[in-house]
Amino acid sequence: MHLSDVVLLLITGLGLGALYFLVAAGLSLIWGLMRVLNFAHGAFFTAGAYAGWSASTALSSASPWMSWLAGLVAGIVAGGVFATLTEVVLIRPLYARPVGQVLMTVGVSLCALALVEGIYGNDPKQVALPDALTGTTAILGANITNGRLLVILGAVVVLVLLLLFLSRTRYGLIVRAGVENRSMVEALGIDVQRAFTLVFAIGGMAAGLGGVLAGAYYGTIDPVRGTSMLIFAFIVTVIGGLGSIAGSAVAAIIVGVLQQFLNFYAAAGVGDFAVVILLAVTLLARPGGIWGRAPG
Amino acid sequence: MNAGETLLAVRDLDVHIGESHILHGVSFDVRRGGITGLLGRNGVGKTTTLRGILGLVPRSGSVRLGDEELVGLPVYEVVRRGVGYVPEDRDVFAGLTVTENLRLAERSGSPHRYDLVYELFPELKQRGSQRAGTLSGGQQQMVALARALLNAGNQILLIDEPTKGLAPLVVRNVVDALRRAAEVVTIVLVEQNLRVAQLLVRDVVVLDQGRVSFIGEVDALINDPALARTHLGIVAGAAH
Repeated sequence: MHLSDVVLLLITGLGLGALYFLVAAGLSLIWGLMRVLNFAHGAFFTAGAYAGWSASTALSSASPWMSWLAGLVAGIVAGGVFATLTEVVLIRPLYARPVGQVLMTVGVSLCALALVEGIYGNDPKQVALPDALTGTTAILGANITNGRLLVILGAVVVLVLLLLFLSRTRYGLIVRAGVENRSMVEALGIDVQRAFTLVFAIGGMAAGLGGVLAGAYYGTIDPVRGTSMLIFAFIVTVIGGLGSIAGSAVAAIIVGVLQQFLNFYAAAGVGDFAVVILLAVTLLARPGGIWGRAPG
Repeated sequence: MNAGETLLAVRDLDVHIGESHILHGVSFDVRRGGITGLLGRNGVGKTTTLRGILGLVPRSGSVRLGDEELVGLPVYEVVRRGVGYVPEDRDVFAGLTVTENLRLAERSGSPHRYDLVYELFPELKQRGSQRAGTLSGGQQQMVALARALLNAGNQILLIDEPTKGLAPLVVRNVVDALRRAAEVVTIVLVEQNLRVAQLLVRDVVVLDQGRVSFIGEVDALINDPALARTHLGIVAGAAH
């Protein structure tokens, strides 16, 4: 075991965890506040990835940084708009029908996947990145792709912004209170519905950003990555504690790093299996997750 | 509108929860000013009546606050019309600090009575940065009452068993606070402790199996052995 290998795996795992976090943060808040199991969240990730790729491609004649940044903005906006429309148009009429919500979000996910495959095809698309992002940085003997460092930085920025939003703003206060007791928030004269829409929009923007940053992490985008991200993001959300942003961040790091190390040192696939075992152990030992409260 | 005039008029309030028919055409008036008691044995629908007024349970009938009909409005709109609520289990937000619990209760367009709140519950000022979940039951009750009292725009407070589970000394503090609060806002009080009810309440509405069985003054009810036995199931003097 070389130190450079360990560093490389650690940072690659942190990058993967960062992508999980960007999806899991919205999932966690949406479940915590609204009790909506949002299977469409992976579609927000995919929408961000493809909107970002389309914008970058359309502006490919501009400077590499300009076209990539345009893609970044387009991805965030696409994720946010898609999520907002999903909440307002499709989920709001179904708040009293949880099974209907699940079916609806599964339907949205499948439709979005089919739409993306219909428009862009099944093959992965190469993402054009500025040279600075395709280059490497040597850290303790390991050459780390800058794109992976950028993903970690992006997730840290989102984490800080979310924590500031939750702790410093009135809507953040409403979200934190609503995660605990939604009907009591309404009994204080607060229209929780607005907070629902805002949380969906924020979650969608984070997922959209994740979709664009995944392009920098893997170098390509494809239609089904959002689905696999969603599965691991659900696991992260449950391990971290539903409704807890800090819990999601810690769980995302644990899951991402564990996966990378075991897939490398044991065998390919062992890391994924270990994550599922970790989920089972967490549910048995601490049903509310690391930061959450036990259900019921 | 002057003191003594009807502030809240409840007419034919019906509540079904699942298959159960909880309230059967409950009707009563609440006069402006002072405290009106909602009494009755366990499980007769007192809490459901408060939740029905607020809209926390599906209801039919009519609930008028002044000239305004509340049935049909979402809960937050009922509250914004001036109805404050203190639930039976206090329902403070455990993960939020005391100050954050109060900030959450602030409504724009309504002056905030922090002076009154801190006069009644000075402890809340000292414990502003403490998480509400770590407070004692009595302190949590103070937070719950303070949230409802905070908005000067509230015309009426619906308070559900504020002394439940509290130590006698704390009960005395809550009684003092409610008496002081009643000087500035009308209160509908659900209370199982008849001694507390007799100390605070002027008018009473007694429920029995989801129906109103008595409306009148508290002394007339508690001091009349036949009425007390019929409506509350107590013998005369048991409340003392």
